[in-house]
Amino acid sequence: MATSENDQAHWKKTTNLMWIMIGLWIFFGYIIHMFVNVLNKIVILGFPLGFYMAAQGSLIAFVVMLFVFAKKQDQIDREFGVAEDD
Amino acid sequence: MATQTSGSGDFINNLGKIYGFYAGGFLLFVVLLGILEQVGVPNRVLGYLFVFFTIAVYAIIGVLSRTAQVSEYYVAGRRVPAIYNGMATGADWMSAASFVGMAGTLFLLGYDGLAWVLGWTGGYVLVSVLVGPYLRKFGAYTVPDFMAYRFGGNFARFIGVLVLFSASFTYVTAQIYGTGIIASRFLGMSFEIAVFVGLAGILLCSMLGGMRAVTWTQIAQYIVLIVAYLTPIIILSTKNYGIPIPQLTYGAAIADITAREAQMLKDGLTTAATLKPHIAPFYTYSPLNFFGIIFCMMVGTASLPHILMRYFTTPSVREARQSVAWSLFFIFLLYFSAPAYAAFSKLEVYTNIIGRELTDIRPWLFTWGELGLIKICGQNAASIDAIVAACKTVAGHPGVVRLQDFVINTDVIVLSTPEIAGLPYVISGLVAAGGLAAALSTADGLLLAIANALSHDIYYKMIDPNAPTVRRLMVARVLLLVVAVGAASLAATKPGDILAMVGWAFSLAMAGNFPALIMGIWWKRATTTGAVAGMIAGFGLCIFYLVTTRYYPQAGVSWFGMSALTNPVTGAPLVDVAKTMADPKWLADVPASAANPLQSKIGWFGMNNILCGLLGMPLGFLVIYVVSLMGKEPSREMQAFVDEIRKPRGGTVLQEKD
Repeated sequence: MATSENDQAHWKKTTNLMWIMIGLWIFFGYIIHMFVNVLNKIVILGFPLGFYMAAQGSLIAFVVMLFVFAKKQDQIDREFGVAEDD
Repeated sequence: MATQTSGSGDFINNLGKIYGFYAGGFLLFVVLLGILEQVGVPNRVLGYLFVFFTIAVYAIIGVLSRTAQVSEYYVAGRRVPAIYNGMATGADWMSAASFVGMAGTLFLLGYDGLAWVLGWTGGYVLVSVLVGPYLRKFGAYTVPDFMAYRFGGNFARFIGVLVLFSASFTYVTAQIYGTGIIASRFLGMSFEIAVFVGLAGILLCSMLGGMRAVTWTQIAQYIVLIVAYLTPIIILSTKNYGIPIPQLTYGAAIADITAREAQMLKDGLTTAATLKPHIAPFYTYSPLNFFGIIFCMMVGTASLPHILMRYFTTPSVREARQSVAWSLFFIFLLYFSAPAYAAFSKLEVYTNIIGRELTDIRPWLFTWGELGLIKICGQNAASIDAIVAACKTVAGHPGVVRLQDFVINTDVIVLSTPEIAGLPYVISGLVAAGGLAAALSTADGLLLAIANALSHDIYYKMIDPNAPTVRRLMVARVLLLVVAVGAASLAATKPGDILAMVGWAFSLAMAGNFPALIMGIWWKRATTTGAVAGMIAGFGLCIFYLVTTRYYPQAGVSWFGMSALTNPVTGAPLVDVAKTMADPKWLADVPASAANPLQSKIGWFGMNNILCGLLGMPLGFLVIYVVSLMGKEPSREMQAFVDEIRKPRGGTVLQEKD
């Protein structure tokens, strides 16, 4: 294969980051909501926690995840010298 | 791709100032109308001022951004900064269904409605991580462009266009329908005329300037819609709880609702069969359908061409990623507020309507009752006399409103909140302007996606590759007009059920596009034959499930082993399939009319037909995988191309001539 070692290492790190993001996405998108009845027993400021996670908690997690991802992926690109010029 | 013109460079540098002035001007305009209201200008006039002033502003932006350059027309010259592209995507994304419909859905369904909130936000993770930045590096003008380049030419391109067209057209029809509803309610014109008035506004923004015009209007529309959405509930929260952060204070409302639900059951104001507890899960959707909706909406997000093409406009791959984050942030501002709307309205209804004497109902309700949007005891709640008369006909009615007597249209929740809170009419007008901005901006983006695919992919790439620039843009504009009129004509027939139509658009895009996009970027071994076969198989299965369950349910039962969907609480079937199948009246009803009891009530594994993507997508992946491995590995050039789009550095892979 013509792919250089540098490119392969870059892609390996990128793929790892991808799987971490997908894992977090599955957790906040699905897994946590499977425990809604248990979480609803915990009430904070009037919000049952299970309801809160679906209404706000997971959404906040998604927003934060995306900003962190943009930063991390850019760090990876810079580390391997494949980032765009600023 | 050097399209930098001196004037527009200044424009980009001064975006903050320009939109700052614009937002300030808009607030000033609202205050001015508030003063006009105080000095006695009638409500109808205020409504007209709101609608026409805002549409005029969008149209002016659209006309000022007219362009005769191809790259400006298709991708706004790739100069839109991340944060502004995020705002434009927010407006592109949030439709009439989000603005007007979502809070109402949450009101009716309680927890189960949150499936839509989750599904319409989490998909951006997939957009950023798996798809968007790579397509930006590729440098396409449209999503089918990518399919064609990666998967050997015009056959893949044509299937890409087919998927794009069916998903976007379904979606845009729902938007124009929404525009018609808002315009008819606040301008007092008939629905059929209102549809075409709304359409004129949409076309003014997108006809002349393509992506460039749509981008700068969508930012303006985002500002209007977010101000309009947040203002009423911030005032309401401050009034009731002393803190202007409704997203925090509605916890108290939820606690009150739960207490009130128990009280209502005890007082005989409702029955266990009618009441859906607000915070309890799986009363409307079974767990499979709840998580299925989340999954289909999320994956659909990462497959919808009108969203993906927004990230073609950023100056760099880096900014494309940042832009996805900003998009979700701006969308989040509205979505995490919608449950607050639902909670405040529900508390008002449960405490001030349910359990009241019929003669003691709060008057805000009658303005909606007159329009047929609120019914009590089966009749429009137009006045106290009307509801007293209606409830007399109900056997054993206690003379107070019970939950089962009360029916509200979901659109009313957002539109009526200003009145519930006792706010001046100017706030109602503001909300209407916001709803209109939401519907117009989404319709703009969708129509542009369709017209671009037809003019760029079909006409330029497949029919006449030597067409000069002027003719390409002319074809794009004419097609935009044709598609828009077609969608409006369909919308004028009130096809109905907006949420379901939008849901189908997501599932269709997901089944057709997602496997090919993902495998094309993440798996070098994916071949042309594999991708084409996978797209056809996935999209075909999704269409088959959708059409069979909706239009030919009898055939689904007889030939394909489909059975009735079930009630998630009791587990009982929603329809008696055997009885309906024995009735010759329904067997002759092909394709199924809306009255057919089996329509959309049958399926495999108890799956609602909105979830057809859940069947099509895995099949698509499987077929691409198997068929690709059977064929020869893609050429060295193609593998080098995939390597190239994985690295942000360097120019776009595809270089379009201007």
